[in-house]
Amino acid sequence: MASIWEYANPVKFIRTTDRLLPWLSAAAVVTLLVGLVWGFFFTPDDYRQGSTVKIIYLHVPAALMAINAWLMMLVASLIWIVRRHHVSALGARAAAPVGAVMTVIALVTGALWGQPMWGTWWEWDPRLTSFLILFLFYLGYMALWAAIEDDDTAADLTSILCLVGSVFAILSRYAVNFWNQGLHQGASVMRAGALAGDTEERVSNVFAVPLFVSMAGFALLFIALVFLRTQTEIRARRTRALMARERMG
Amino acid sequence: MIALLTRDLRLGVRAGGGFGLGLAFFLIVTVLVPFSIGPESALLARIAPGILWLGALLACLLSLDRILALDWEDGSLDLLATAPLPMEGIVSIKALAHWITTGLPLVLVAPALGVLLNLPGPGYLWVTASLLLGTPALSVIGTFGAALTVGIKRGGLLLSLLVLPLYVPTLIFGAEVARRGAAGLEVVTPLTMLAGITFGVIALLPFASAAVLRINLR
Repeated sequence: MASIWEYANPVKFIRTTDRLLPWLSAAAVVTLLVGLVWGFFFTPDDYRQGSTVKIIYLHVPAALMAINAWLMMLVASLIWIVRRHHVSALGARAAAPVGAVMTVIALVTGALWGQPMWGTWWEWDPRLTSFLILFLFYLGYMALWAAIEDDDTAADLTSILCLVGSVFAILSRYAVNFWNQGLHQGASVMRAGALAGDTEERVSNVFAVPLFVSMAGFALLFIALVFLRTQTEIRARRTRALMARERMG
Repeated sequence: MIALLTRDLRLGVRAGGGFGLGLAFFLIVTVLVPFSIGPESALLARIAPGILWLGALLACLLSLDRILALDWEDGSLDLLATAPLPMEGIVSIKALAHWITTGLPLVLVAPALGVLLNLPGPGYLWVTASLLLGTPALSVIGTFGAALTVGIKRGGLLLSLLVLPLYVPTLIFGAEVARRGAAGLEVVTPLTMLAGITFGVIALLPFASAAVLRINLR
């Protein structure tokens, strides 16, 4: 019975991901192209929002992945703390910049949409504010990785920061909810009524299907990027080890 | 533990003028606010609770790297680590010493600075109460940040970046208590939330700080 922990072996990880990466990347490109082109050019304009509604094909998937990237880092950090697999720590490190970029995409596309719709680029709305805070967490996490020279120390410290940060991120989410009621709409794509097929509540299929396709595209893109960046980290570390050995010898 | 606390307090008060720095910064921020936004007293009264909270938070932030950096540099932190005192105890004492030398003075001068900002009558009680309840959380969270960055040279900027998002919930609820109190509104909800955060971080965060410090001392 193959166990998932086999992939804690860097060689095995690289071999497997090498085989998967071309497929993953191709799938990511295809689904992204299909989702975005379909979303941008083959959906009708919304009755009130006009063509600006189409920014959701970037905004919603990016926001989704921004949160999921942090979750993935949290799981990877836990695995590092408990089982001390280096691949896991490097995976968390590799995911951080991707997640940060997703956060920026969500914030920027949100601002671009908010300007014509809400009449403002930025509003101190709970969702917007929590995303800004999430972005700060990403920045702090990456800065801490960059600031510490010893790899294992850096991995330990950043994973504890990730755990503590997750608790505080959730706290902040509720705190800002309390602090300001906000303009941002609630969840409408995944709302329970919508999934049960309540047509009143639901985003019309015309919009929803391409949206799901681009969500899948963003997810695939994220996985492919994280695999690739983790490989890079592993190879960089191996190169450093080899160079150190050469200097010794 | 008491010995460590008195030592830290004595060092905090006597060594290198760090004691007055936070207070001076707090004073500067509150005095400069009316100059920058204008002397209109109704406006000042409205923003006074927020400004006091912001000033106290920044003054606290300014003094964070003193919590552990000096002990790290002269090696006394390594000695403490070998002492028969759990690391959790050490970081808790450090946070307590930081609060007594920085947080408590800020709480005490806040009403005086409130006069400068034309703080409304009921606000004095609630600004003081919310700061009294909130600043321990700032010290404990700050100690965690200081423990994370203790091994890094010139870690001050990184420390601020790490601590900034962690301070958000405390600031939100603390300033909300002060604001509502000053406006004569109900304060129970934010006050209990603030108390929850403070006691929660006092109970749990020393474990994280101790773990981080152990890693850094490895």
